[in-house]
Amino acid sequence: MKRLEDQIKHDRRRINRRSLLVGGAQLGFAGLLGWRMRYLQIEQADQYQLMAEENRINVRLLPPQRGEIYDRNGLIVAQNEPSYRITLVKELAGDVDEVLEKLVQLVPISDATLARARNELARSAPFLPVTIIDRVSWSDISKVAVNAPALPGVTPDVGMSRSYPFGENFAHVVGYVGPVSTRDLERRDDPDPLLRIPRFQIGKVGIESKYENQLRGRAGARRVEVNAVGRIMRELDRQEGQTGSTLQISTDTALQSYVQARLGQNSASAVVIDCTTGDILAIASSPGYDPNKFVRGISLKDYAELRDNERRPLASKSVQDAYPPGSTFKMITALAALEAGVISPNDTVKCRGHLEVSDRKFHCWKAGGHGNMNLEKSLRESCDVYYYELALKVGIEKISQMAKTFGIGVRHDVPLSAESKGLAPDKKWKLLNRGREWVIGDTVNASIGQGFVLCSPLQLAVMSARLATGKNIKPQLIKRVGADPISAPEAEPLPMSENNLRFIRRAMFEVSNNRRGTAFASRIATEEFRMAGKTGTSQVRNISEKERARGVTANEDLEWKRRDHALFLNFAPYDDPKIAVAVVVEHGGGGSKAAAPIARDITLQALYEGDPPLDAYPEEDRAKIARQQRELRKMQPDLSTARKGRA
Amino acid sequence: MSYLEYRIKTVPTGFRKLYYLNWPLLLLIISTAAVGVLMLYSVAGGSFSPWAGTQINRFAAFFVLMMFISMMPIWFWRNLSFIGYAVALVLLVLVEFIGTTGMGAQRWIDLGFMRLQPSELTKIGLVMMLAFYYDRLPLSKISHPLWVLFPIIIILVPTAMVLQQPDLGTALLLLATGGTMMFLAGVHWAYFATVVAGVIGLVASVFQSRGTSWQMLADYQFRRIDTFLNPASDPLGAGYHITQSKIALGSGGWTGRGYMQGTQSRLNFLPEKHTDFIFTTLAEELGFIGGISLLGMYLLILLFCLSSAWQNRDRFSSLLILGISMNFFLFFAVNMSMVMGLAPVVGVPLPLVSWGGSAMLVLMVGFGLIQSAHVHRPRAEK
Repeated sequence: MKRLEDQIKHDRRRINRRSLLVGGAQLGFAGLLGWRMRYLQIEQADQYQLMAEENRINVRLLPPQRGEIYDRNGLIVAQNEPSYRITLVKELAGDVDEVLEKLVQLVPISDATLARARNELARSAPFLPVTIIDRVSWSDISKVAVNAPALPGVTPDVGMSRSYPFGENFAHVVGYVGPVSTRDLERRDDPDPLLRIPRFQIGKVGIESKYENQLRGRAGARRVEVNAVGRIMRELDRQEGQTGSTLQISTDTALQSYVQARLGQNSASAVVIDCTTGDILAIASSPGYDPNKFVRGISLKDYAELRDNERRPLASKSVQDAYPPGSTFKMITALAALEAGVISPNDTVKCRGHLEVSDRKFHCWKAGGHGNMNLEKSLRESCDVYYYELALKVGIEKISQMAKTFGIGVRHDVPLSAESKGLAPDKKWKLLNRGREWVIGDTVNASIGQGFVLCSPLQLAVMSARLATGKNIKPQLIKRVGADPISAPEAEPLPMSENNLRFIRRAMFEVSNNRRGTAFASRIATEEFRMAGKTGTSQVRNISEKERARGVTANEDLEWKRRDHALFLNFAPYDDPKIAVAVVVEHGGGGSKAAAPIARDITLQALYEGDPPLDAYPEEDRAKIARQQRELRKMQPDLSTARKGRA
Repeated sequence: MSYLEYRIKTVPTGFRKLYYLNWPLLLLIISTAAVGVLMLYSVAGGSFSPWAGTQINRFAAFFVLMMFISMMPIWFWRNLSFIGYAVALVLLVLVEFIGTTGMGAQRWIDLGFMRLQPSELTKIGLVMMLAFYYDRLPLSKISHPLWVLFPIIIILVPTAMVLQQPDLGTALLLLATGGTMMFLAGVHWAYFATVVAGVIGLVASVFQSRGTSWQMLADYQFRRIDTFLNPASDPLGAGYHITQSKIALGSGGWTGRGYMQGTQSRLNFLPEKHTDFIFTTLAEELGFIGGISLLGMYLLILLFCLSSAWQNRDRFSSLLILGISMNFFLFFAVNMSMVMGLAPVVGVPLPLVSWGGSAMLVLMVGFGLIQSAHVHRPRAEK
């Protein structure tokens, strides 16, 4: 019995001992819990408070309004228009199918759109509005608004969308906007959260693209408290965004529209520069296209039509394309020779119709030859052999240098897409790029703007302006960003003798005012507006000896693709140059026939700031011009009703 | 010492029993439950529906049950130990056939007014059965291998059935409770040393088994372990619970955002905010001070249980009280570890605070038994 009691006592003590141990372990673990609580709630509190705030608060972006673009006179060329759309909130709609069915009876919605909307409805949260149809007409929107009680959950909504009131007239200048693509995101490396908004529109081409950062503005933000599934509980505060900067461009809408109409359906381009400031008054490329189609989402068919058109409406030829300048390059060769002192203006060269250089025959465009030529005559009648001789004397390096001085082979950095640099070739260039030595024949070809020489229409116009003023004119397209005027840099005098320049200008005056000049037919009759110019015809094909023997085929008989490019550059008035013009008509045939009349018409239009009186034209043309003016007027927009931004 | 050996006449009778209740423990239970109701009211955005109201009703009903159990002599309950254990096992079998599936496991029997989880009842049944066994076992045989094998079987049978559901969390809790009971009863140290070594081996082999044909755990269980070990790996998927829970908890700071001001719980970032994760709401709204206070209340409950066990010279009563208090400890320790990111997410509610019937039922029955043991403890002859 005593033994049992001892055993019981021993057991009591054991239970107490072991329970104390277990209790101690429990206390220890509780201590661990307390320590962990302290760590999370006190040491890490700041971090977790921040995370809780991020959890709770959601920032919703408010897209800013894109800056408008207006021309030198304040006419708006790119604006924001209200665009209407119909949205549906699933949880308010009840029976979604029934509501959609009723909606379809009111508003025409294509099956594809409807299918897309249904798909999106199925995927998104019930409280989020889903766009059913975009860009709805005002009348359809009012129908929906009137029938609102029968359409639960359906809301007519208004957003802003870009529009270009002058359509194709500014397509190649202003460009267009479109929804941001993954490629844009990769290319831009832009952290702006706006770009993450689905279907946010950014500039794709032209000024819209080049000035994207200024035009876009800054996003506003709405801080909202949301729950775990993203439903907005309340708005905490709102910070308005900043509207994008407005942009004033240097073009004159009236002139631009005229130029676009005058180029018509030719595959052509034209640039008009204010000689005194470098302002680009018009820069056009034809055929054009309607940028509004791209904003709305162009159909595959329309796009294929533009893409496959052999006249390349999508290309901005005035800056993107470079052509052999042909005879318009002769002023460069002549100036290089004059400056180098290897000739004087009155030195004569006899043109026999060709020149043999190292066993190769280089032909003049005039088969029989021009006979004795001095500088003025050679430019006036565009004799090739004269320039072959000059080039042999002066060498390619000096010609190339002179070309660069006049802006050929130099990028002018206008804010337009894919500006071509052109090419003023020299020996080093050929070795580096073609891997071959420069040969004398290359120099001969370059002297008349053939061979390797390439020049964009914009560069031609700049060259013309520099010839006219003797100053280092730089083309300007942007006049003002927001409130800040962009001032053109002071033009420096070109590093050459004014005397030599004067010879060249005189010769160019002869081109369009001397009876024997190549552009005499396209002269200006008004005394004080008379212009100086130069025609150019650049070959697209090589003429073989055999062909030449048969007699060169007339351009008109060739298929369009193989005809020569027609070029013309000019400035006017001759006595006090105000504007410089360059026109290139792709495969237009001869410069004097295809390009010069267009340049002349544009020049007059610019000088008169509107349709010129008929007596500004040579008498024999007036009847034709009158007809032409009537037709072109029909094609130009009525600017009296156009919206003005800022004067 | 068994009840036959002490004088029944020294045990209080009738309404005098009320006087001999462990009142501090009773008051602690009521205040903890009140904290729970307050938190459920807050989580519902300042409303008694849907949780706080039913919680009050439930607590009231189970409180009456607890008082009833307290008033019945402990030896009456002791004699029901085996039946209680057997009923729990039968229910565990039944739930396999008529149970309701939830969260990938068969766990509930829908009784209409509440969802009964037999695995919860098993906790009480097991503790009673083990206490009963060691009360009957002669002290000299406690560490005899044969008599050690019996309680192991008693523990493993319900554990295996719970694991079958599959409910790994409860199964581990059963093992831990049972093991503690055996330890308290005085089984020799060497057995525990062997088991610990075995467990380490088993854990290693469980992890080895992953992806093989003899995989020991379900995929979702492995994933839970993964997310526990690295919750940041999948913050919106499986790690969501732990990450959000830590955010809510951590953002509480010293004093919290204030009662009913918690943003994380009220804006639904927290999953199961009214059941397993209610501690995060409390910690967010009442801060470190609130959280540590609740922990303190739990420790006080444990302390009163422990002291009651020490005062009790009846072997069955001591073991029962200690087993139930161990069970209670495991509830809050596992739940708090889970919400604080110290343990994987297992479905264990916060005792007396979380919304839910089964856990509350088990706890109140347990406290009833503790009170009964306390009231009817053997007293020294005057």
